[in-house]
Amino acid sequence: MSIVVDGISKYFGNFQALRDISLEFPEGKLTALLGPSGSGKTTLLRIIAGLESAERGRILFDGSDVSGLHVRDRDIGFVFQHYALFRHLTVGQNIAFGLESLPRSERPSKAEIRARVAELLDMIQLPQLADRFPSQLSGGQKQRVALARALATKPKILLLDEPFGALDAKVRKDLRRWLRALHDEFHFTSIFVTHDQEEALELSDQVVVMSQGRIEQVDEPTDLYARPESRFVFDFLGHVNVLSGSVQAGVLKQGPASVRLPRIQTTGDAQLYLRPHEVRLVAKPVSGADLPFRIEAVSLIGSGVRVELRPEGWESNDLWEVGMSHGEFARHRPARGDRWYVIPDVGHLFTEDSRKPQTVYWEPPEFLETAGSGI
Amino acid sequence: MASGTRHRVADAPWLRRTLIGLALFITTVLLVIPLILIFAQALGSGWSTFAANLTDQYTLHAIGLTLFVAALTVPLNLVFGTALAWAVTRFRFPGRKLLITLIDIPFAVSPVVAGLLYLLLYGRNGWVGSWLANYDVQLMFSWPGIVMVTVFVTCPFVARELIPLMQQQGSEEEEAGVVLGASGWRMFRKITLPNIKWALIYGVVLTNARAVGEFGAVSVVSGNIRGQTNTLPLHVELLYQDYNVVGAFASASLLAGIAILTLAVKGFVEWRQSRTVSTTVDEESSR
Repeated sequence: MSIVVDGISKYFGNFQALRDISLEFPEGKLTALLGPSGSGKTTLLRIIAGLESAERGRILFDGSDVSGLHVRDRDIGFVFQHYALFRHLTVGQNIAFGLESLPRSERPSKAEIRARVAELLDMIQLPQLADRFPSQLSGGQKQRVALARALATKPKILLLDEPFGALDAKVRKDLRRWLRALHDEFHFTSIFVTHDQEEALELSDQVVVMSQGRIEQVDEPTDLYARPESRFVFDFLGHVNVLSGSVQAGVLKQGPASVRLPRIQTTGDAQLYLRPHEVRLVAKPVSGADLPFRIEAVSLIGSGVRVELRPEGWESNDLWEVGMSHGEFARHRPARGDRWYVIPDVGHLFTEDSRKPQTVYWEPPEFLETAGSGI
Repeated sequence: MASGTRHRVADAPWLRRTLIGLALFITTVLLVIPLILIFAQALGSGWSTFAANLTDQYTLHAIGLTLFVAALTVPLNLVFGTALAWAVTRFRFPGRKLLITLIDIPFAVSPVVAGLLYLLLYGRNGWVGSWLANYDVQLMFSWPGIVMVTVFVTCPFVARELIPLMQQQGSEEEEAGVVLGASGWRMFRKITLPNIKWALIYGVVLTNARAVGEFGAVSVVSGNIRGQTNTLPLHVELLYQDYNVVGAFASASLLAGIAILTLAVKGFVEWRQSRTVSTTVDEESSR
C-alpha cells in the first residue's frame, strides 16, 4: 500500500512542527525519516498513523484520503519507542490483543487466534515466552514482542517510532538485520523514524532527511551520502571536514591554509566540505594544496584507521578527520604531535549564492609533482 | 565518609532511643488510648446496653442515612475523579494547570465554609434555591443537600490518587490499544482500568471514609432533624448533648470501626500498589 503525504502542516500552539510537507512512500519499501530531535519526524509519523491530526493537508493510502479516518480504522501496525506493551497482560495476550479487538464478524475463533499467536512467537524466535509478563523481558525481547503485536492483524503498513532507540548497540544491530529480513519477506510499506544516520542508511530503501519541520532531502542511501544537497545534510550524515575562507582567482584561502579549486569560477566567501575518505595525508605541502595540521589523536580500532587533526595556524570549528587503511598507516606511521598536510580528492563547495554545493574534483595531474609522497 | 557518619545526629544511641520513645509515647497518648477508650466507653455498661444503643430507632436511621449518602457519593466521585484525571493527564488545554489546582479547593477550605456556601446558594432564600423552590424542590435540610456537600468535600480523593499515576504511566499503552483497533470502551476497560486499578480502589477507600465521617459541612446543611437528616457523626454529637454518653460512644465506636477497617484496606492497597509501581520501575530501569 503506497502512502502519500500531501501538504501537511502542524502547529503545537505557536510552534510550527511541520511546514507544508509533501512526500511519497512507495509500496513495499522501507523508508527512514531521519533528523535531529525537534525536526518533526515523529510528529509526521504520528499524523500518518492518525495519532495526531494536522491543521492542513491530507494523508492518502493507495490513493484514498484517510485524513478523516480514525486511527483504529486505518489498519496499520505501529511500534512505539518504549514498546508500550500492556504491562498487565502476558506476551501471548499482548500479541492477541489486535485480533481480539476485531469486530465480531471478522474476528477469528479462539483456536485460530491461539495458532496465530504461536506462529508470531515463532517468527520473533521467542516461543517459550508466551506466558511471561513484559516486566520479565529484556529490552530487545520487548521490542520483538511489540513488533509481533503490531503485525498480528497483518497490516499493510508498518510504522516504527525510533524502534531501536532504547536498546544497546549490539541488540540494536541484531534487531535491525532482523527487521530488514522481516520486511523483505512480508513486503509491507514501512516507515521508521530515527535520529541515527547509520541505522537509516543501513536499513532503508529511501531516506527522508528532516530538519525544523522541513524536508531537507529525499534520496536513496548511497546517493544521499555521496551527494548531500545542503550543509545540514552534510553535517548530519557522518563527519565532515570544513575549510571556510574566501575564493580569489580559483584559490580558497584562510590565513596560511590554501587550496586551488580547479574549474571553479566563483569568488567571495565559501566553505569547502570534505568527507574523511575524500582526503589524504602527505608529509609535505604540494603546490595547489597547503593545509597544515598537527595530529591530535590516532584511533586504530575498526576496519580503518581514523586520524584526528588540529589545524595549524588557521581555524576550523571541528577537528578534521582522515580515514586510511591499516596498511597505509603501517607504512607511514603518522604519530600524535606530528605535522602533516592534507590533500583533497573530491570536495563540495558551498558559496553564498546557492544552497546546493558544487562538486570539486582534483584529478591526479593537479598534484602531479608530489605523486608518490601521499599516503 | 567516617567523619560524615560520626556527625549524623541520629547515630547517637541515646538520641535514637529518645526519639523513638517519644514518638511511641505521643502516638499512644494521642491516638491509641483515645481509640481504645471509645470502645471501652461504648462497652462500659455491657454488651446488651451496647446492642440496645445501636438498635435504637434513631441510631439505625442515622446508620442507614450515612450508608445511603456514602453509597451515592462514592460512585459519583469515582466517575467524576476518573473523568477529571483522564482529562488533565490525556489532553492539553488552556487552564489545565488551573484545573489541577482547583481540585484541591475542598481540601483547602474548611468544610463548615463549604456548608455555608451551599446553604447560601441552594437554601430557600439562596440564588438557585429560591428558583428551585418555585418548583417545590428543596435541597437543603434534606438528604440531597447532605449528598451535595459530601460530594464536594470528598471529590479530590480519587482524582488526587489517579493524576500522578496516570501522568507517570503516560498514554502510550492506550495509543497502542487504539492502533490495534480497540474501541474507546474496550481500551478503557482492558488497558486503562487494570493499570489504575489499585490507585482507584485506594481513592475509593479514602472517599468512603471521609464521606461516612464528614461532620462540619453536613451539620450546616442537614438541620439535624432526628430520624430524618441525622447522619452518624451528627447523631454522636446529639446523643452526647442529651447526656447519653454511652449511646454516643456506641455510635462513635461504629465510626472508629470503619476507620480501622479503612486503615487495614488502605495498608493492603498500598502494599499492592507499591508492587505494581516497583515492576514499572524495573521496566524503566531495564530500558
